[in-house]
Amino acid sequence: WILIAIQIEVMSQNNPVRNPWIAKGVRRFGRSAAYKRSGKWAVKTKGPLAAPQPEETTVDKTFQGGVRKVPKQKQSRYYPAEDVSTPLYSRKKNVNAPKLRESLVPGAVLILLSGKFRGKRVVMLKALESGLLLVTGPYAVNGVPLRRVNAAYVIATSTVIDIESVNVPDHLNDDYFKRPSNANSAEFGDEEQAVKPKVSEERKNDQKQVDTALLQQINEQSGLKAYLNARFSLSKRDYPHQMKF
Amino acid sequence: MSQRVFRRFVEVGRVCLINYGPLEGKICVIVDVIDENEALVDGPSSITGVSRQSIPFSRISLTDITINIPRSCRHKTLVKAFNQENVLERWAKTKWARKIASKETRANLNDFQRFQVMIAKKKRNRAVRAEQAKLLKANA
Repeated sequence: WILIAIQIEVMSQNNPVRNPWIAKGVRRFGRSAAYKRSGKWAVKTKGPLAAPQPEETTVDKTFQGGVRKVPKQKQSRYYPAEDVSTPLYSRKKNVNAPKLRESLVPGAVLILLSGKFRGKRVVMLKALESGLLLVTGPYAVNGVPLRRVNAAYVIATSTVIDIESVNVPDHLNDDYFKRPSNANSAEFGDEEQAVKPKVSEERKNDQKQVDTALLQQINEQSGLKAYLNARFSLSKRDYPHQMKF
Repeated sequence: MSQRVFRRFVEVGRVCLINYGPLEGKICVIVDVIDENEALVDGPSSITGVSRQSIPFSRISLTDITINIPRSCRHKTLVKAFNQENVLERWAKTKWARKIASKETRANLNDFQRFQVMIAKKKRNRAVRAEQAKLLKANA
């Protein structure tokens, strides 16, 4: 390996080897010869560098009795009687923007792998703060509404739709989609009285707003609408580890 | 009457396809035969990337293309003959090479492209079957 390294170095003209190895642990030139060849003896030094001056921490102050050196910053009178405990490291406070796979880009077509809409191809709108992805069918194309989806249960295809012109409202965040905790607080045996979740008008309006802009982009590319309408599935000779998405 | 058992022979100038090892899929020319197991082969290295080396016959497949070169010729002579006989063009036209190319394109299709291929196949097959039905009806 050392010999190979020498050959590579010699070939690069910018960095000639001045003192190559001739055997393991044996260099071509000894100490004094190497020093002579290095040319360090010809370099004139500027002399010892001046020691860095420490910052002034005291100031002269005149008192009645005379002049005395007084610290620039006075020490505080207060110190705690008991040890002040430092809080333990909290992971909850260490929240950063979610880090997603590089292929998960706004406008990317995703294949959902689990849940009610498994196999559906949907368009990713953005990544939410919790790390989940905001996704839409669009609803008119394949019946998938504005929805949160876990990035782990998704295949990101390399097809990306330009959603620069699609305005995703800011109020579509994790709180918007969070399930109300008392959704079905009906007692056991009281099912008829249980409230069936209805789609609110707000949801429908938001869906329409996002989808109309998105559909314009989809219609521009031929075949994309049919593609989003179709479900993904594996047949006999499909090997996912060999397929490119 | 002149039926041959073997059609492709190991000979100086035979163009081969390497099908095993780091040079898999590359074209080379037999420049000399070393013994019953190995041949001396050269890309030409400046054209196909296969440098002059020995290679066992088990690692290569003979093609139908041969070029006229003297045994153990220089790289320069080999390049001249290779270009004069348009080997790369002739190879690319063969069904063998086209099949290899189509396999590669198929492997590199993304999900959307695979969908489009499926739709295109369906359209084509439908058109073929419609014609076929017409012809069968006409000849019934």
